[in-house]
Amino acid sequence: MSINRRNFFKTVGIAGVTLAVGKSAGANSPESEKTEFRGMLYDATRCVGCLECEIACAKSHNLPEPTDELQVDVLRKTSEVKRCVINYHTTSKGEVLVRNQCMHCNEPACAAACLTQAMYKTKEGPVIWRADKCMGCRYCMVSCPFDVPKFEYFSANPKIEKCDMCYDRIMKGQIPSCAEACPAEALIFGTRRELLAEARKRIAENPTEYVDQIYGENVAGGTGYLYLSPAPFNEVGFNTKLQNTSYPALSKGFLYSVPSVFVLLPTLLLGIHKATKDNQSKDEENE
Amino acid sequence: MNNQAVTIAKDNDGNSIWQFLLHELKPRGKWLTPFNIISIPIMLLGLGLIFYRFIYGIGSITNLSQEIPWGLWIGFDVVTGVAFAGGAYVLTFMVYILKMDKYHSLVRVTVLNGFLAYVFYAGALLLDLGRPWNVINPIIGNSFGTSSVLFLVAWHFMLYMLAELIEFSPAIAEWLGARRARKILSGMTIGAVIFGITLSTLHQSGLGALFLMAKDKIHPLWYSEFIPILFLVSSIFAGLSMVIFEGSISSKVFSDQISEKHHKAERGIIQGLSMICAVAMFAYLFMQLLVFIHDKNWAYINTPMGYWFLLEMIGFVLIPMILFFYSYRNNNTLMIRIAAILTMLGIILNRLNVTVIGFRWDAPVHYVPSWMEITVTLAVIFTEIWIFRWVINRMPVLRESPAWVKEEK
Ligand code: SF4
Ligand code: SF4
Repeated sequence: MSINRRNFFKTVGIAGVTLAVGKSAGANSPESEKTEFRGMLYDATRCVGCLECEIACAKSHNLPEPTDELQVDVLRKTSEVKRCVINYHTTSKGEVLVRNQCMHCNEPACAAACLTQAMYKTKEGPVIWRADKCMGCRYCMVSCPFDVPKFEYFSANPKIEKCDMCYDRIMKGQIPSCAEACPAEALIFGTRRELLAEARKRIAENPTEYVDQIYGENVAGGTGYLYLSPAPFNEVGFNTKLQNTSYPALSKGFLYSVPSVFVLLPTLLLGIHKATKDNQSKDEENE
Repeated sequence: MNNQAVTIAKDNDGNSIWQFLLHELKPRGKWLTPFNIISIPIMLLGLGLIFYRFIYGIGSITNLSQEIPWGLWIGFDVVTGVAFAGGAYVLTFMVYILKMDKYHSLVRVTVLNGFLAYVFYAGALLLDLGRPWNVINPIIGNSFGTSSVLFLVAWHFMLYMLAELIEFSPAIAEWLGARRARKILSGMTIGAVIFGITLSTLHQSGLGALFLMAKDKIHPLWYSEFIPILFLVSSIFAGLSMVIFEGSISSKVFSDQISEKHHKAERGIIQGLSMICAVAMFAYLFMQLLVFIHDKNWAYINTPMGYWFLLEMIGFVLIPMILFFYSYRNNNTLMIRIAAILTMLGIILNRLNVTVIGFRWDAPVHYVPSWMEITVTLAVIFTEIWIFRWVINRMPVLRESPAWVKEEK
């Protein structure tokens, strides 16, 4: 029964995404595009699975280079020593390579969760982690809908590991090392607006080659990483049940109610206290 | 003991205060009680494990994983423990705001319990932090993550501990025989109570709000946008059940402390509390039902998780609620105590279902706490009980305040 239900959700999810894409393509000015966030576009039809991006990533962040083989349908996962992975999926459109890493959400749940602002959405777009602030509570991991942040469980001075879109390089005017290393131009760097336009152009020019959806355009309120794929996204390892609105919005209602509770409740309590005090002629409170 | 305190109060030179404190620090009574025999080795083992954890990392003694970053220490120690500590804000509301004097004799012990619970469970939170030395960041304000529910909860924990300490401080002053201080401190009680109730409302619900962003990870039967309200309402009967349960143990263990008068009043008090529990549980069940219908959760009922949900709702909310109502009418203290225990089990079940059992319920590998996590949790609880016992045996918590307090009125 639960399986039926899940499939049902998937269908609804896909329908929802397609509808939303259709709409914003017409209007052509989703809010997120005004901010000029940088982002990345990954085109699964171009990826050749050489793992050059993984190797470059490991090198530039002092992590061990990948040693495991790329195999069809053997899921490799990001971990505390691996910020990005390429995976081979069998789909209705044949075998498809897909990359996974932090999505660099427009409104990141991890940053909203972080109580020290160690997880931080920079104005340039990358979501970065700052060691001097983090207290290792792992609330970012609980909150991220893509399960991206990883924690060094076996260290006395543990870090959170996740892709930072090579923020330091970007600030120096370079492009992320993965994009630089990719020989097939499957991974390109640019402003989110340009990348969305490019992605739409590719779909329009080659409608048979792509599914008519840009993953990342709307999911979780829009992400900095954008994906093009020849096969439906639920077949290439994406959770298409995720909502299309921002995750931090889920706890906003609660947070917004806090100031009013702080003003109204004490007043009310004081009022009742006064009222009951008057009733009680021989009161002996404050004990 | 009382005489002693009064003597100390008379001469105020530092020396005798230190002597007095030293004397008070010594344990009293028999050493080889069954409780000590069980708790001491566990506390020592727990301490060892904590050392080990700070050298080899959290993963060395826990079963946490990249998918399930929060386990027993958050789900049980913090989230469940704080719900049980809810008795303090409910009772102070009843006694100081609504002036239900009948319950006055319970306030001190409940506030003490609440205070210790917060100290130790917030302490347990520190054990769970990977980089605890940075815990000052959100406190001193060089990085305020004000959009974070955890930020709110952490601050409320700290402020609430302060409020409870103020609420409890007259008892400390009485113990030390500090008359002037007692006067000032008890003048602050009502302010602390109002502040404390406000903070409690927000962080009891805030603990639920922590999980709002984990929408896709928690089983739909336990996830809803109303988790904060459900957590708040259930903290009322969780806290009061704890008060009933703790009272029934205290009245045996510390029977020498409790005056004749209070022993007699106890029945009526428990009866009153059972009624409040029953009403709060009724409201809670009703809300659960509304959420259930609103979220159209019928499809999940006929699954293993659905049965688990029904067990929680019927076995540990509905049945104890009926027991509370029934035994209120019949004034059956034993039955009330049974109902309180069932309710507490239900709260443990509920909090764990939201935070641990229902979290990533669809993952291939499930999280089961390691024996080391359980040992550390037990060690934390035992240490709390030790301190509780130490305080009860020395300060006027269960027993009457010293005579001079009455004279001054
Ligand atoms: S994918 Fe996760 S870690 Fe990356 S920005 Fe979004 S919420 Fe944060
Ligand atoms: S683990 Fe660090 S980065 Fe993640 S929420 Fe906690 S403090 Fe922020």
